[in-house]
Amino acid sequence: MTTDITTPIAKFIAEKILKQPNKEIKHDEALISSGLIDSFSLMDLALFVEDTFGVKIEDTELNADTFDSLNQLAGLIQSRK
Amino acid sequence: MTTLPQLLQNAYQTVPDKTSIILQFASQEDKTITYRDLIHGANRYAQTYAKQGIKKGEVVILILQHGEDLVYSFWGAILHGAIPSIMPFLTEKLAPEKYRADLSSLISITKPTTIVTYPEFEKEIRDALVEGNSVKNIILTNQIVSVSDINFVSLQGMNSSEEDIVVLQHSSGTTGLQKGVALSHRAILNQLNAYSKTINLDKQKDVIVSWLPLYHDMGFIACFIMPVILQIPLVLMSPFDWVRAPYKLLQSVSQYQGTLSWLPNFAFNFCAQKIRERNLENVNLSTWRAIINCSEPVHVESHNLFFEKFSSYGLNYSAMQTCYAMAENVFAVTQSPLDKTPVIDEIDRETFMTQRLALKGKPDSAILKMTSSGKPLPNVKIKVVDESFNEVDERVVGEIAVQSDCMLTEYFNRPDATESAIKNDWYLTGDYGYLADGELYVSGRKKDLIIVGGKNVYPQDLESLAGEVAGVRKGRCVAFGMYDQESGTEEVVIIAESESGESDKELIADAIRKHVTKNSAVAVRHVKVVDETWILKTSSGKTARSANKEKFLKEL
Repeated sequence: MTTDITTPIAKFIAEKILKQPNKEIKHDEALISSGLIDSFSLMDLALFVEDTFGVKIEDTELNADTFDSLNQLAGLIQSRK
Repeated sequence: MTTLPQLLQNAYQTVPDKTSIILQFASQEDKTITYRDLIHGANRYAQTYAKQGIKKGEVVILILQHGEDLVYSFWGAILHGAIPSIMPFLTEKLAPEKYRADLSSLISITKPTTIVTYPEFEKEIRDALVEGNSVKNIILTNQIVSVSDINFVSLQGMNSSEEDIVVLQHSSGTTGLQKGVALSHRAILNQLNAYSKTINLDKQKDVIVSWLPLYHDMGFIACFIMPVILQIPLVLMSPFDWVRAPYKLLQSVSQYQGTLSWLPNFAFNFCAQKIRERNLENVNLSTWRAIINCSEPVHVESHNLFFEKFSSYGLNYSAMQTCYAMAENVFAVTQSPLDKTPVIDEIDRETFMTQRLALKGKPDSAILKMTSSGKPLPNVKIKVVDESFNEVDERVVGEIAVQSDCMLTEYFNRPDATESAIKNDWYLTGDYGYLADGELYVSGRKKDLIIVGGKNVYPQDLESLAGEVAGVRKGRCVAFGMYDQESGTEEVVIIAESESGESDKELIADAIRKHVTKNSAVAVRHVKVVDETWILKTSSGKTARSANKEKFLKEL
């Protein structure tokens, strides 16, 4: 189930990165190219994914070409599980 | 008389095989550039500039990413006697329209004749050029002539005089790009001479490791011009790679026995919080003799976080040092003495807040811990002045004024800005601070400037962007910075007035956050949309940023 992956990530982004716990993040919303997640926070997201799902995202992959939305990130995680 | 091209020639003749720069990349081998490679690469650019008819003293804007072309095109311009200026490259986060607008505003003031860029970026540049602009040549990196011989006598830069402007430095955003700091050979060499003595720079032993961008004074002077000119090997990575893999800084220090680095305050927190042990296997930091905290307010708490995290890898506590610097003085104004740790001054909070006095704290009252930025360089004089430009006593807070033999020549083509910044041969920094026992403590800012992660951001740029969002009342926005202890830097706050109802305010806040981020590449942490008349204005109708900040903090 994709939502098993997207829900905790969306919560993490809203609470820890954006510091707006009530913010709803759409599954196809651009996260990186839109600047919603700034470059200082990209690593936090990668570390969260690694700790939560046991999947490693390389530092050279931290850009909009690899994933930009929750759906794309979920796809990346599933393909590596 | 000495100039930068003469020192390059000297390095070429005396130490051609010495390593000048080791360029690091995210997924490629490191590239070692010796002085021979450096001068040959620079000469190919110099010959290209000559072939294109670029004259001595013309401005060449470099729009290139981290890599050999940026290095060679820069030093090539110096050898040719043209004035290089490095412009940040477009990133995926910045809207291309905004980038073009910024570039146009830079061109309109600086009037460069030449831009150097990649073939694939040429269209972006052409689209930014308006009718009748100054740019005559766009030189692409695949059009560089190949030459093997170097004839120093034919290079125009060899005839430069010490007084000539050698480089221009801009800070970012619309406002920053319109104020190019013009530096002469003499100013740069006086700074390097004084600063290298202050930090006991040793060309046999020192190795500088840096991830800092070259369009900011700390990276540009301390971690690019200084090492190349003074023959100190430099290990250089891109800021974009570092921010995704901060451990690489520590790995490189270990691999190349790095001795010196410069970091903005937030980077101490960033490394301490985000680097994982598994990336530090066999890392040894014992060679790192100074990690100099500079370019945003310095906090000893950040040093302590960094030390706690990395002490088991051989890091010395005494390595963490502080510096106060600005492009207008080429770079450093003060430096903490490297043979001890920076002085911590514990002052009484109450008298500091209410009377602007930094008196020694008493045991039973609330104190503030101030971290010293060190002592003035031997060629720099500092005084602290009041509103009427009268020097104040020790421990009285006022504006910091600087005088030295390494000042800017001018803000390029901006006599108005030059005149208002320099008063009776003293440069007014726009920073507040106080002196105590010869040490400088920087305590705040008079000028309206936000420093985020070491990067200068002008609030007026953010306010005008926020004002473009639908639903926001025209001219009724205010932006300011707020220090965040966790990240060790300032966070941007924007307040905007709107006549909309509460539910729409949330949407407008989101739209402001997106629009400002997209057009400034600055992350906006807090956006507050408020009812009309919330924002305080001065009697002359100007936005009072500090008063609005106080109001915001009270309501938090």
